[in-house]
Amino acid sequence: MSNANKPMRSALKNVRGLGAAKEGVQHWWLQRVTAMAMIPLLLVMLVCLLKLATGDHAAVAASFRHPLFALVALLSILAVFWHMKLGLQVVIEDYVHSEGLKMASLLGITFATFILGGIAALSVLKLFFGA
Amino acid sequence: MANVERPLSPHLQIYRWPVTMATSILHRATGCGLAAGTVLLTWWLVAAAAGPDYYAMVQACLGSWLGRLVLFGFTWALFYHLLSGIRHLVWDTGRGYSLAVANRASWLVIGGSVVLTVLAWILAYAWK
Repeated sequence: MSNANKPMRSALKNVRGLGAAKEGVQHWWLQRVTAMAMIPLLLVMLVCLLKLATGDHAAVAASFRHPLFALVALLSILAVFWHMKLGLQVVIEDYVHSEGLKMASLLGITFATFILGGIAALSVLKLFFGA
Repeated sequence: MANVERPLSPHLQIYRWPVTMATSILHRATGCGLAAGTVLLTWWLVAAAAGPDYYAMVQACLGSWLGRLVLFGFTWALFYHLLSGIRHLVWDTGRGYSLAVANRASWLVIGGSVVLTVLAWILAYAWK
């Protein structure tokens, strides 16, 4: 057994470091990046929304015409829906064990995320441009 | 393949509940709740974009007692997931795993989420 201490993995595989899932720590990392982004974004959004909660339509429309508020809203939508997709994916992978249902659920939340996030972002853009 | 009947290990109902178990489950539960809540949030944005009439209708729905109850729950879930999420980020740095710290942080997250929720609602009513 002269090869006993030799690594079984090729050097290239170690360099890539992507593991069996072929995407390395990307899912884990993006969940953290979106989480960190949401801490300031959502605190700002929450204070603004609390202020708008009892206001009329004109006050809401006026807020969204401010570029900074529209930008924070759009970035929040991006971070929230991305984080949501990653989180729901883990929940499905943990609890849905039949292969077909799992694939269908994963496709379902992916499409739902993009459709819902798209609608939310489009609404913000419409308010911003005042169309 | 995965659906073969195998013996199961004892599950939730058999254990004494340490607070860390509750906070772990609540993090996932609030995450799922918040995901459902994004439908409400998107609905509110669409209403704002649609115009004053539709916005007034949605505001009336969200402002009803049922709407307020759902929004209150949503606010709590948001603060809980936020505080618990910050705790996850601390764990990622390799800190906070000792039993004493984990237990104390668990109660801090639970208590903090309730306090912040009540504060947020006081603020919303004060700004009326």
